[in-house]
Amino acid sequence: MSIKLNGSRLTLFRGERCLFRDLEFALNSGELLLLEGRNGSGKTSLLRAIAGLIELESGTVFWNDEPVRNMRQLFQNSMVWMSHKVGFKGDLTLVENLQFEAKLRLESTRDFDDVLQRLGLKKLKRLPFRSLSAGQQRRVALARMLLSAAPLWMMDEPASNLDAQGRELVATLLSEHVGKGGMAIVAAHQDVKLDLPTHRIALQ
Amino acid sequence: MSASDEQLPGIWLGTSALVKRDLALVIKRPGDMLNPLFFFAMVATLFPLAVGPAAEQLQFSGPGVLWVAALLATLLSLNSLFLGDFEDGSLEQLLVSPVPLSALALGKSIAHWLTSGLPLVLVSPLVALTYQMSLAVTGVLMLTLLLGTISLSLLGSIGAALTVGLHRGTALLSLLILPLAMPVLIFGARTVSLVAAGDGVAGGLYFLAAYAMLMISISPFATAAALRISNE
Amino acid sequence: MWKFLHKLASPPHFYRIAENMLPWFAFPGLLLVGYGVYAGLFLAPPDYQQGDAFRIIYVHVPAAYLSMMAYMIMAISAGIGLIWRMKLAHAVSAAAAPLGAWFTFLALATGSIWGRPMWGTWWEWGDPRLTSELVLLFLYLGYMALRNAIEDTTKADRASAVLALVGAVNVPIIHFSVEWWSSLHQGPTLVKKGGPAMDTAMLYPLLAMIFGFTLLFGALLLRRVRTEVLYRERRKRWVRDMILASTGGSK
Repeated sequence: MSIKLNGSRLTLFRGERCLFRDLEFALNSGELLLLEGRNGSGKTSLLRAIAGLIELESGTVFWNDEPVRNMRQLFQNSMVWMSHKVGFKGDLTLVENLQFEAKLRLESTRDFDDVLQRLGLKKLKRLPFRSLSAGQQRRVALARMLLSAAPLWMMDEPASNLDAQGRELVATLLSEHVGKGGMAIVAAHQDVKLDLPTHRIALQ
Repeated sequence: MSASDEQLPGIWLGTSALVKRDLALVIKRPGDMLNPLFFFAMVATLFPLAVGPAAEQLQFSGPGVLWVAALLATLLSLNSLFLGDFEDGSLEQLLVSPVPLSALALGKSIAHWLTSGLPLVLVSPLVALTYQMSLAVTGVLMLTLLLGTISLSLLGSIGAALTVGLHRGTALLSLLILPLAMPVLIFGARTVSLVAAGDGVAGGLYFLAAYAMLMISISPFATAAALRISNE
Repeated sequence: MWKFLHKLASPPHFYRIAENMLPWFAFPGLLLVGYGVYAGLFLAPPDYQQGDAFRIIYVHVPAAYLSMMAYMIMAISAGIGLIWRMKLAHAVSAAAAPLGAWFTFLALATGSIWGRPMWGTWWEWGDPRLTSELVLLFLYLGYMALRNAIEDTTKADRASAVLALVGAVNVPIIHFSVEWWSSLHQGPTLVKKGGPAMDTAMLYPLLAMIFGFTLLFGALLLRRVRTEVLYRERRKRWVRDMILASTGGSK
């Protein structure tokens, strides 16, 4: 099943500043979109705007040729989001957090232990989330992506707080996901080189 | 593949999961639930201390004082309704989840009521006792608080969503919610007084129930809109 | 017609159209108010019950009526701005709020002055109109405080719009609640329901004041919206061009 995401004439202002104007992009199955630029260049805002978290000044995002604003729930069912804040409750354990999210997205937790094993989180299962290090917390955010069945991954600085091994892990996971026919949009200020069909948008 | 067939069990599952999650969080930090209750009891204590312990006066002003105390205690607990989620980023995850945000907003309101309004209703007879309120009057007090706190949780969610993350959010939240909460306060408190005076309560209770219905129908959507705006 | 409305929504066009409309509101308004004040003070006979004290209604009633109309305008334009994403509508809403708050304050002050000879006090909680107006004042203050607390203009517009709409739904309910609450006491009120019909000599000045105040409110609102628009668009080219043109094209 082929899926398509594209944006037409995307324009966004932040107060008085124009972050981008009449931006276009097209993304198909098995492709990666990289948003590049220094901090404050607007790449996070673009990512958030595509995800629907920020209202665009003008322009439309299309999911399978239908405007996302007409079928928001369906679009959000097809995407999974990673922000620079990991988005888990500190007082709950890693397991409780992920189980909650599974219910939120009607997902099964069949491969739970395998995913945790792969990300090196198995020993941390029963600890309160806030006692995990920043790097470990980001890995849990990666677990969220892996446990989700959504074809579109949207990630803001996925490798932040990760060491070299962690960054390699992110690259591997992205390659696997996109290689299997998924899609990903990644905002990164460091250059990410992957052996995948990649579109790039560089923001000033 | 019908989107709505997939959605309905999803909406129920997702929303109830959110309510359970918030309840689990309160169990881990009981202070969140207990502090407003202590505040309620404290305010109810302050009044006789300030005005004098004359039994008649207490009986007369009891319903009003308890209702104001309940309202203020609710405001206290509303303040942090979305704050934690906003700060750790879990609010954003709710915004992008496949479950409609208005359902999730309703879930937050329900969780708030279970940990704020319901405890108030259950604790109120103890405080009413100290105000020499008769059994019948206490019963009506509990009924009005039951219906009223439901409305306050729903109405307050809108205010909390509008002010989350703002500088001096607490004071602003009070300024926004208190005028809007006046009908609930008026009908809640005065209905109890009417019972004490021997009048019928049906009208007041009907009003509170109707207002709660109104809030159930508009609050989830207004709260969802406000959350999206505040998170930008 | 649609073209006119479409043009109206564009800030530079609105700025010019409003400038032309302003005198049509201001002058008739001033005339009506002038007549109303003169007739109200000198031509209308004294009330058989209250004597000359009743004359304050010539300010109180229009102020109270406008305080509520301003809220409706604020809420409706906020709704239009939120649903149809019209920036100008948000500007109207922002401009209407302080005006409405001042009229509310005026209604409260004149209501208090009116009540003094009758009640012997400067305030009477039992009066439903006065208490409702007080709650309305808090609604305005809350709206303005929320706008103030949010730095980004667009975000402030949208957040305060949600608040205004929720408030608009609640205003009739608040009104009704306060009426019910005061009816429990049968206390002294400003205007008895079903009182004696008004003498035409008393009525005409009142109508003139109501219409005059409304027109003046319109003029003030137009003025405020123009200023609001100018501020919001201050970095745009049309503002720069206009300033340059009016200063004779100098640097």
